[in-house]
Amino acid sequence: MVSLELEGVSVVFGGTAVVDHVDLVVADGDVLAVLGPSGCGKSTLLRAVAGLEPLAAGRMAWDGADLAGTPTHRRGFALMFQDGQLFDHLTVAGNVGYARRLQGASRTAVRAEVDELLELVGLGGHADRLPRTLSGGERQRVALARSLAARPRLLLLDEPLSALDAGLRGRLAADLRRILVESGTTALLVTHDQDEAFAVADRLAVMRGGRIVQEGPTGDVWAHPADADTALFLGYSRVLEGAAAATVLRHAGLPPGAGAVALRPSAVLAGPDLVDGIPAVVRGFRPTPDAGRLVVAVEGVGELDAVGAPGWVAEPGRPVVVRVERHAIAVLPGAATSPAGGAP
Amino acid sequence: MTARRLGLGLLAAVPVAVVAVFFVLPVGAMLQRGVWPDGSFDPGAVLDVLRRPRTGRVLWFTVWTSTVATTAAVLLGVPAAYVLHRLRFPGRALVRTALLVPFVLPTVVVGLAVRELVSASGPLGFLDLDGTPVAILIGLVFFNVAVVVRTVGAAWEGLDRRPAEAGAALGATPAQVFRTVTLPALRPAIVSAASVVFLFCATAFGVVLVLGGVRYSSVETEIYLLTADLLDLPAAAALSLVQMLAVVALLVVVGRLRAVPDPTVRRVSASPARPRRRDLPAVAMTALTLGLVALPVLALLVGSVRREGRWTLDHYRALAGSADGLLQVSVTDALVASLRIAVDATWMSLALGLVVAFVVTRTVRTRAGKRARAVLDGFFMLPLGVSAVTLGFGFLIALDRPPLDLRVSPVLVPIAQALVALPLVVRTLVPVLAGIDDRQRQAAASLGAGPLRTLLTVDLAVVWRPLLAAAGFAFAVSLGEFGATSFIVRPAEPTLPVVIYRLLGHPGALNYGTAMAASVVLAAVTAGVILVVERLRVPGVGSW
Repeated sequence: MVSLELEGVSVVFGGTAVVDHVDLVVADGDVLAVLGPSGCGKSTLLRAVAGLEPLAAGRMAWDGADLAGTPTHRRGFALMFQDGQLFDHLTVAGNVGYARRLQGASRTAVRAEVDELLELVGLGGHADRLPRTLSGGERQRVALARSLAARPRLLLLDEPLSALDAGLRGRLAADLRRILVESGTTALLVTHDQDEAFAVADRLAVMRGGRIVQEGPTGDVWAHPADADTALFLGYSRVLEGAAAATVLRHAGLPPGAGAVALRPSAVLAGPDLVDGIPAVVRGFRPTPDAGRLVVAVEGVGELDAVGAPGWVAEPGRPVVVRVERHAIAVLPGAATSPAGGAP
Repeated sequence: MTARRLGLGLLAAVPVAVVAVFFVLPVGAMLQRGVWPDGSFDPGAVLDVLRRPRTGRVLWFTVWTSTVATTAAVLLGVPAAYVLHRLRFPGRALVRTALLVPFVLPTVVVGLAVRELVSASGPLGFLDLDGTPVAILIGLVFFNVAVVVRTVGAAWEGLDRRPAEAGAALGATPAQVFRTVTLPALRPAIVSAASVVFLFCATAFGVVLVLGGVRYSSVETEIYLLTADLLDLPAAAALSLVQMLAVVALLVVVGRLRAVPDPTVRRVSASPARPRRRDLPAVAMTALTLGLVALPVLALLVGSVRREGRWTLDHYRALAGSADGLLQVSVTDALVASLRIAVDATWMSLALGLVVAFVVTRTVRTRAGKRARAVLDGFFMLPLGVSAVTLGFGFLIALDRPPLDLRVSPVLVPIAQALVALPLVVRTLVPVLAGIDDRQRQAAASLGAGPLRTLLTVDLAVVWRPLLAAAGFAFAVSLGEFGATSFIVRPAEPTLPVVIYRLLGHPGALNYGTAMAASVVLAAVTAGVILVVERLRVPGVGSW
C-alpha cells in the first residue's frame, strides 16, 4: 500500500533548481533512505515533504490526497533534525511529551507515554534532565522519542546520526532500525552516510544534483549501481571501461559485458603465496590493522586497489600475483559517464 | 600572572576613581543632606516626607504611569521587532532607523512634540488630551518603544528557526509554536527590555516636566521642584533615596525573572522571510507604532513653521536672536555650546567606557576575581538608576569647596553628561568584547604578539565599529541631556535643551514657536548622528 507519493517535485532557490523533478514513493511501513553527497538537495527535499519549503513544481500526496494546501502542523509528519533541535527550555519529559500535550492529552497519560518511549530509546530515568546536560547520542535519542510521541503518519529523519562519533553511530543505527520496525513507523531518511542508509533503510534512493538517479531495495542498489558516479559514491573505489573492464571480467570468470566495471577495494587480493593469478607490480603499500592496502599495476588494466594478506609487507616495485574476487565487482549498465579512477 | 592582575587593577582604578568622585560623592552629599540634616542621623525627616499626602500621590503617579507606559511599549514593540527583524520588505532599514530616532531625541524635544500633537490646534487636538496623564503616557511610549524593538529584535534576529519548525512538524499551530517555543526563547530579552523601559519611564524627567506642568509630577520632577523651586533639600533627598532603593530592588527582581533554566543562547543569523498573510496583524501593529512615532515629530515640524494660521520662517529667524534679552545668548550660540560640550562628553565617556568594558570582559579564574568583576559591572551601571537631577544637584553641593571647587569650571557639564552616557557606552562595547573568543588572543600571543600587539590585532579589529556607534550614542545623549545639565550649566553658556526649556517657561507665541524651531534643529542634529551610527550596522546596538 502506497502512502507518500512525490511526482515531479521541484524546489527552486534563487533561480536554481535544488530539487529537480523528483519522483518518489514510500510504501506503508517502509523505511526509505535518500542517499546523496552534501549539497545534492536531499535535506531540501525532506523539508519540502515536511511543508517547510514551497514547491516550484510537482505534486505531493499522502494516500492519494494532495498535500499542497496542508501546512506543516497538519501534515502529521514529524521531522527529526540532524542536531535534534530539542527545546532547551523544557526538560526531557517536556520535550518528549510536547506533541501529546498539544493534542490535549492529560498530564498523567502523557507522563506514562513519555516513560514508555524513554524506555524504548534506552533513556529510562532521564525524564527530568535538561537537554543541555545530555550527551550528543542521548540528545538524538530524546529527539527520536519526541518525534515518535507525536504518532506521526510519516517520520522524517534528517541525517539523524551524522552529528555523532563513529562508534556511537553504528550502535544507534541498529537501535534506530529496531525501533522503527517495532513501532511499525513509515519513515523517510536522508543521509550522506551509506553505512547509515544501509543499516536503517529497506529501500534506497540515490540523489545527485537535485535528481534521483537510482531507486530500489537497499541490497539491489548496492550490488548494482546504475552508473559510475553512483558506484563511486556507494564505496566502489575504481571504475574500469573497455579492454580493462573485459580483462577484469575474464579473470573473475564472468561473462563479458557491454558496460563498465566497478570494483570495491576488496575486489583484488594480493599475497606472497598466490601463484595462480594475474601478474602485477606493486606501486604503493600502506599497512592497516586488518590487512595491507596496496596499489598494483596490472598489465592491460592499469592501476587497481588491492588487499594484501595480513602481516605481509609488499615493497613497491616488486612483482606480485593478484586474484580478482567476483563478489566485489559490479557490472554497470551501458557506458560509464566518467573515465576510470579516483576514490569516492 | 600577578603583574597582569596588578595591571588590570590599576586600569580599573581610573574609572572607579572618576565615578567615585563625580558620581558617588555628589549623590552621597545629596543624600547626606536628607538623612543627616544637621550633622546628626535623623531618618525621621525622611519618614515625615514619605507621610505627606503629596508624596504618596507622586509615588503612585510614577508607578502607574510607568507600568502602563511599559506595558504599551512592550505590546507595540514586540510585533514591530518581529516585522523589522524577521521579515524582508523594501524600506526595512529606513523604518528601523526611524523607530530608533525617538530613543535619542532630547527629552525636552519629545515633551514639546507631544504637547504640540495633543494641543488644541494639533492633529490629535479633538481628543482634548492636553494637560492629561494620557499625553505623558504618549510621550513615554514614544520615547521607549525603540528600546523594546531593538532589544527584542536583536534576540529575535538571532533565533534559530529550526526549533519552531520542529514544533510545527510535531503538530503545533503557529500560535502554539509562538507560545511554547518562540516566547520562552524571547523571554529574557522581553523581561530585560521591559525592565529598562520601566526604569526609563520612572526616571523620565524632560517629558514629564514639559507635559505634566505642576499638576502631574513624577518622583524625578518632584525632586527637581523640591530642590530648584522649593529648596526643600531633606524632602528631595528622601525621594532620591526612595528612588534609588526602588531601582536597586527592581534590578534584583529582574535578575531573578531573567534567570531561565538554561541561559546560554544558540545564536544564528536566520535570513528574514517574505511577509505572509498571517503576518498581517504584526504589520498593522508596526504601522501603528510608526504612526505613533511619526505623528509628534510631524506636529513639531509643522508647528515650527506656522504662526497665527500662516506659514512662516519667523521662528527660525528668531534662532539668531536672544528672544528680546530673555536669554543671555542666541539660540545658535547655545547650539554651538551644546556641540562643543557634546564632543568633550563623548571622548570622556568613550575613554571611561572602553576601560570599563575592557576590564569587565577579561577572563578571570579565581572566585574573588569573578566577584570583583561583577561588582564593577554593577557599579558602572549606577548612573542608569540614579536620577540625573540628583546627580546635577549633588554636583552643586559636593564640588563647591577646594580642592574640588568646580562650580564655575566648564568641565563640569561634560563630566556629568559623560557619566549619564557611560552605561550606554559600556552596554554597547561589552557584548562585542565578550564575544571575542579568548583563544584568538592566545593564538596571537603564541605567534609572538605582545600584549599591546594582541590588543591591536584582535580586539581593535572587532571593536572599532561598536566604538564609533557608542560615540554616536554618547554624543546624542549628551546633546539631549537636560536633568543634570539644568543644575550645573553656567547661566551665560546654556545648552540647547536648557534654552528650549527657558523659552517654554515664558509666555508669548514667538517664544513658543522659537522653542519648537530650536527643537527641530536639535532633533535634526541628533537624528543625523543616529543615521550615521545606523549605517555602521553594529548588531544589537542600543539593546540591553
